[in-house]
Amino acid sequence: MKSNNKPRVRIQNASKNFDKVVALKNVSLEVKTGEVVLIIGPSGSGKSTLLRSVNRLENLTSGDIWVDDDLLTHNKSDIRKIREEVGMVFQSFNLFSHLTALENVTLAPLTVKKTPKEAAVANGRELLKRVGLSDKENNYPDQLSGGQQQRVAIARALAMNPKVMLFDEPTSALDPEMIKEVLDVMLQLAKDGMTMLVVSHEMGFARAAADKVVFMDGGEIIEIGTPDDIFDRPKEERTKKFLKHIL
Amino acid sequence: MAQIKTPRFEVTDGTLIPDKGEKSIFSAWKLAFFGAISLLIILPVVKPDPYFQILKFLPDGILATFQVTILSIVLSFFIGLITGLGRISRITVFNRIATVYVEVIRGIPLLVQLFYIYYALGKIVQVPRLASAVIAMAVCYGAYMGEIFRAGILAIPRGQMEAALALGLSRGQALWKVILPQTIKVILPPIGNEFIALLKDSSLVSILAVSDLLRRGREYASTSFMYFESYTIVALVYLIITLFLSRLVAIMEERLVRREK
Repeated sequence: MKSNNKPRVRIQNASKNFDKVVALKNVSLEVKTGEVVLIIGPSGSGKSTLLRSVNRLENLTSGDIWVDDDLLTHNKSDIRKIREEVGMVFQSFNLFSHLTALENVTLAPLTVKKTPKEAAVANGRELLKRVGLSDKENNYPDQLSGGQQQRVAIARALAMNPKVMLFDEPTSALDPEMIKEVLDVMLQLAKDGMTMLVVSHEMGFARAAADKVVFMDGGEIIEIGTPDDIFDRPKEERTKKFLKHIL
Repeated sequence: MAQIKTPRFEVTDGTLIPDKGEKSIFSAWKLAFFGAISLLIILPVVKPDPYFQILKFLPDGILATFQVTILSIVLSFFIGLITGLGRISRITVFNRIATVYVEVIRGIPLLVQLFYIYYALGKIVQVPRLASAVIAMAVCYGAYMGEIFRAGILAIPRGQMEAALALGLSRGQALWKVILPQTIKVILPPIGNEFIALLKDSSLVSILAVSDLLRRGREYASTSFMYFESYTIVALVYLIITLFLSRLVAIMEERLVRREK
């Protein structure tokens, strides 16, 4: 397929405890360049924790994560450099509410990369066009629908030109009629060759775009396979049980 | 197990008392505000001597009161910003210093603080009376302001900081560009209330020989022996100013709430 063999994200023996609760148990996973990996699992299965570890919004208790050749699970590693290369989209959008759509998109390039203003604005407009929101650049988040906000959030993450995009349940907070507009943007992104790690239960998206589906439960990876493998021919009992609930 | 609910009640400490009849022509605010204004007009007209004389004597004092209030609020804003950041800081030393400052200041009556800072400052450096009064007020109000900043920063959803960090901003950049601009908006009404409280408390500086509104009234009274008349006018002027400002804060608050919806 479109992916080559070089791992873009490499997670090795990742474990995470919150006090006495085990959130991640010895998780290892590789995402190759250009690959789209979907993580599914019941709530509390550790899928969000895993995702959030990849830009160190959560610190692992033990284990290592690399993005390309940069080890990021080390206190001395330059986490900000890595975060620039890892875009993240949140369930609750988290757009900066005091900034317009365009300002949301240009804030990080201007602040972190010190991109000249004209270049940042031009690129910001280009990205808003890409997510279909050219006419909304001067709107504030509270003047946008949920679906529009999430598309701005995707544009905002893309503005840093990331190597990997993380999506943490990007459509869970959306009304049904807005889910499609966000998934369409994500599908296009996948087609353009973006490496994506997605926590979501959107089967349609999985079948259309995912190279791999990972099923997690109890902080562990139970099963990994192609979308067809996992959804149509799950091997593990826990996977079957879970799929019965969501299908 | 049945939850036993402790009854909660709220004592309004803002300047404006919530009023069910707010829309009516005879709302408490309107009665007080226009009553005070009428009195301030009628008294000098009906009895120019002494009321008009007193009124003519006061503008310098009003100016001084505003001077002390505005300078103090600006200075305490910055002290409050630093204190608020200290109160939420993960750096223990910074956090502890800020917290001790707040605890100490809140535990000492303002009047005692004013005397203390005024005379303590006087021992070290010779500063103008107005400056030392402003510094004393600002040091005191900075502590309360710090708590407002702290609450305001904590009121911003955690996702805002996370989104900023995820984009590669440093904690400082995130605070400066994302969190604080939103904080300022939420804390404007409470700061407005502090401004009004500070304006009233600024009458205490008259004891430090600053010629504010109260002191001017006292000066007139002590030469003319018209204590009742002088303080009546002084009280009316304070009342009109604070009622006017509290209305402004209420309008500001309302706009903010409406924007949220």
